[in-house]
Amino acid sequence: MPLRTTRLKDHWQEQQLFLTRVIAAAVIIVLLSGLLVARLVVLQVVEYERFSELSQGNRFRLEPLPPTRGLVYDRNGVVIADNLPSWELVAIAEEVGNLDATLKQLEALGLVDPSEHKSLRDLMRSHRGFERVKLSNLTEEQAATFAVRRHRFPGVDIQEALSRHYPFGEASAHAIGYVGSISLQDLERIDRSDYASTSHIGKTGIERSYENALHGHVGYRHQVVNAQGRVLFDPSVQNQADEAEIAGMPKAKQPVPGNNIVLSIDMRLQLAAQAALGEVRGAVVAIDPRNGDVLALVSTPAFDPNRFAEGMSRQDYVALNTDPDRPLFNRALAGTYPPGSTVKPFIALAALEHETIAPEKEMYCPGEYHLPGQTHKYREGRGGVHGNTNLHEAIVRSCDVYFYQLAIDVGINDLSAALKRFGLGATTGLDINGEQSGVIPSVEWKRKQFQRREDQIWFPGDTINAGVGQGYVLVTPLQLASAGAGMAARGKRFTPRLLIGTEDGVTREMTWAEPVPRPTVVGPTDEEWTFVHDAMVGVTADPRGTAHTPMKGTEYKVAGKTGTSQVFTVGQDEKYREADVEERLRDNGLFVAFAPAEDPRIALAVVVENGGGGARAAAPVARKVFDAYFKAEGYVAREP
Amino acid sequence: MSLGSLEWGRVSPAGGKALRFGGLVIDMPLLVLLLATASVGFVVLYSALGANTGLFLRQGVRFAFGMAAFFVFSQVPPRYLRIWTPWAFFLGVALLIAVAIEGEIAKGGQRWLDLGVITFQPSELLKLAAPMMVAWFMHDRPLPPTFLQVVTMTLIVMVPAAMIAEQPDLGTAMLVIAAGGLAILLAGISVRVILASTLLAAGAVPVLWHYMRDYQRARVFMFLNPESDPLGAGYNTIQAKIAIGSGGLFGKGFMNGTQAHLEFLPERSTDFIFAVMGEEFGLLGLLLLLVLYLALVGRGLWIASQAQDTFTRLLAGTLSLTFFFYVFVNAGMVSGILPIVGVPLPLVSAGGTSMVTLLAGFGMLAAIGGHRKLLAP
Repeated sequence: MPLRTTRLKDHWQEQQLFLTRVIAAAVIIVLLSGLLVARLVVLQVVEYERFSELSQGNRFRLEPLPPTRGLVYDRNGVVIADNLPSWELVAIAEEVGNLDATLKQLEALGLVDPSEHKSLRDLMRSHRGFERVKLSNLTEEQAATFAVRRHRFPGVDIQEALSRHYPFGEASAHAIGYVGSISLQDLERIDRSDYASTSHIGKTGIERSYENALHGHVGYRHQVVNAQGRVLFDPSVQNQADEAEIAGMPKAKQPVPGNNIVLSIDMRLQLAAQAALGEVRGAVVAIDPRNGDVLALVSTPAFDPNRFAEGMSRQDYVALNTDPDRPLFNRALAGTYPPGSTVKPFIALAALEHETIAPEKEMYCPGEYHLPGQTHKYREGRGGVHGNTNLHEAIVRSCDVYFYQLAIDVGINDLSAALKRFGLGATTGLDINGEQSGVIPSVEWKRKQFQRREDQIWFPGDTINAGVGQGYVLVTPLQLASAGAGMAARGKRFTPRLLIGTEDGVTREMTWAEPVPRPTVVGPTDEEWTFVHDAMVGVTADPRGTAHTPMKGTEYKVAGKTGTSQVFTVGQDEKYREADVEERLRDNGLFVAFAPAEDPRIALAVVVENGGGGARAAAPVARKVFDAYFKAEGYVAREP
Repeated sequence: MSLGSLEWGRVSPAGGKALRFGGLVIDMPLLVLLLATASVGFVVLYSALGANTGLFLRQGVRFAFGMAAFFVFSQVPPRYLRIWTPWAFFLGVALLIAVAIEGEIAKGGQRWLDLGVITFQPSELLKLAAPMMVAWFMHDRPLPPTFLQVVTMTLIVMVPAAMIAEQPDLGTAMLVIAAGGLAILLAGISVRVILASTLLAAGAVPVLWHYMRDYQRARVFMFLNPESDPLGAGYNTIQAKIAIGSGGLFGKGFMNGTQAHLEFLPERSTDFIFAVMGEEFGLLGLLLLLVLYLALVGRGLWIASQAQDTFTRLLAGTLSLTFFFYVFVNAGMVSGILPIVGVPLPLVSAGGTSMVTLLAGFGMLAAIGGHRKLLAP
């Protein structure tokens, strides 16, 4: 065993070691000081002449000029986001004496929101001293109030600016998003010099995704300054200044305006969908199945994006953010709902393709379903007994018992593949942030999802639930619309998109974006697609169809499927009675549809939270959107 | 505290010029040098502020607070400093956590703790507490430190530094690392370890680069080549160079700096005040200031070399070297040999909670010089 030595403090040796270090440090200090002095000698003696001349002629200052933000148009050229003139109160930190006192006085005049005091102070401190920081937006009256007191506020000024305006307000909120004041976090992700005089930045939606295209590039001009440091606004001197070569300064240049962008949205449809949803909590997404264009993307309740662009008080924001109806939540992208019976056509297609069932084969529906040897009741969704039912009728009348058995026969692996291949349970890749992926469960998924062993087992009951879009199945309205579009186009799929064109801010040259295809659903034969389409047409056309009443008398032929998904589990021996159930626990209504059925041009998904059934709550919304679409198109039914 | 069987007795201070007046410790060389440097600073600042007496007086108040801290800390026997060190350190870290949580709630970067009357930056406390903790850690351990001890000391420095960098306040994080790093170096880690860690750090650069996002890389580029951001940092450097260069040997005279007074020079009363000095007082003015700084550093190192235990030695040495580091980084940045980092020129730049921290540090130096002990016979 090696001898263990204990290290002891040796004071003399330690002092020597320390002294050596101190001497070494002193030597380094002398060397670095020498370097510094040498640098100063170079600047102040060797290059004195040059710098002296530069400082004599140096009467120019650089002022950044903000670019004009690009406009946003809908597919018909209607302006959805533009810029309006406005007044802003701005401050330059190094010219403001006492920041806190100045803010307090401005607050007393009602020009700055007192609840913003701390954040404004922090924002001022985080900017370079010579940068302009926006304190608030002023009304014309407020601007006048300030103008007469301007002399009392050194470093504070009114600046005329263009501010973002959304003419459609709430109706465009969730599709376009909004801009807001640049925050400390935003500063982390942008090129600060390009935003030297920009006050707003895209926060959500299109405004955020296409921030780079919309923003443009900063310009700057040289200002001529007199001996007191005041800016001289003499146009002739200005030009001279702009042309002058100034050492180290970038040349003056005009700001480069941002690009205008054209969205796939049709505002007429967007407004119709917003109006159709009305006061309910819900979402509508409409997609052109031929190219993935999102024609409408609505989530209600919404909010007025202009309030974000204008800036709102902290309290107002908190109120909006804590509203129990969650107006800031984009249900169309991020709301995940059990799709209910809307999955039936997709499962039916897979069952036909795999020859799990012969379409004409009938099954008896007694109103409830038992697994062999089990007593647990799987209830027919809305009660009722469908009697002898074949596949077509099972879709038209939305027979759950039929699909309970079909789900068992197809098996969970094929069932989940049947849904996933249409893009359900995964983000669609829409060009704005905030999509949720949802869930299409499988044996594998359940094993990974749960911690406890006994929870990881896949039960036949789970398959049964999945067969009617319940249980673990969760999808977003956007996914449902996209899947509907895939169904409409007989398997041809596209990534949903909002941006269809960009107009260069300078050259006005239009660039149109190509549709982005997704893997086609291959496998089903033409007859199988037609069978499912026919059944979906039956849903609206057959008098027994679940969506017959809301779709009665349309000029165009609609293929659709209703869905009703439970928020609340009904006890084994109870009946679901709406009146007994609290509003928030009522069923969600869903509807997925496309039209015209023979040549689909629009596919949509409607979700109405706690609206009761899909036929009653969601299908009428879809009817209004379809009507708006075909009326706008001037659609006339083709002669058969 | 295990000082073994050795008894430490207090005797009247010997050597140096540290004197005690009626029981008060006052280090005359430090006091005179601090007042001289600050006086030079006040003259330049008055000009840089454009004769704004309000702002100027505010700086005077800050200096008064700082000097009060200097006198108070001068009286604290270093033994107490050592005992308080862990408390100060962990308090600082706890405050950093508090700030981070408050910032999390406010959904924004957060550096200040709003105590109602004043706002306080915990990172400022760590500028002193981190190197003190390193000195505390080594005070009863034999020098040079073992590898494990070096690792521990590195953690003592890097944990709070990382939290400060998260805020995000890279400038202060760098200063904490510098102070802690200097303390570790003074503790006597071997030259081999220094070389090895330098190589390791150099090796890590390409790896880090690989994982950085584009905008982060852009920032590094700007850091290395400020002229690529002509509206921001690059503009500052260019204007500062013009200011210093045009000052020549004797300067343009008090209040006569055109660069400064026509507002070409940004941050002229804070980070770039060195350029105002250079423009108005020329090379001679700058040399005078440098000499004063070097004298302060020299006095500090002298106190460190006379200190008699590990804690005071390391603390005094670190405080002195850190002070030089501040001066060199600021002067180097303004004169264009170092990249732009937001470090104020000590005792001269306006504002900052840093004035109080800095003078408190000098108070500790004075205390170490004035409360010297000899081994009892």
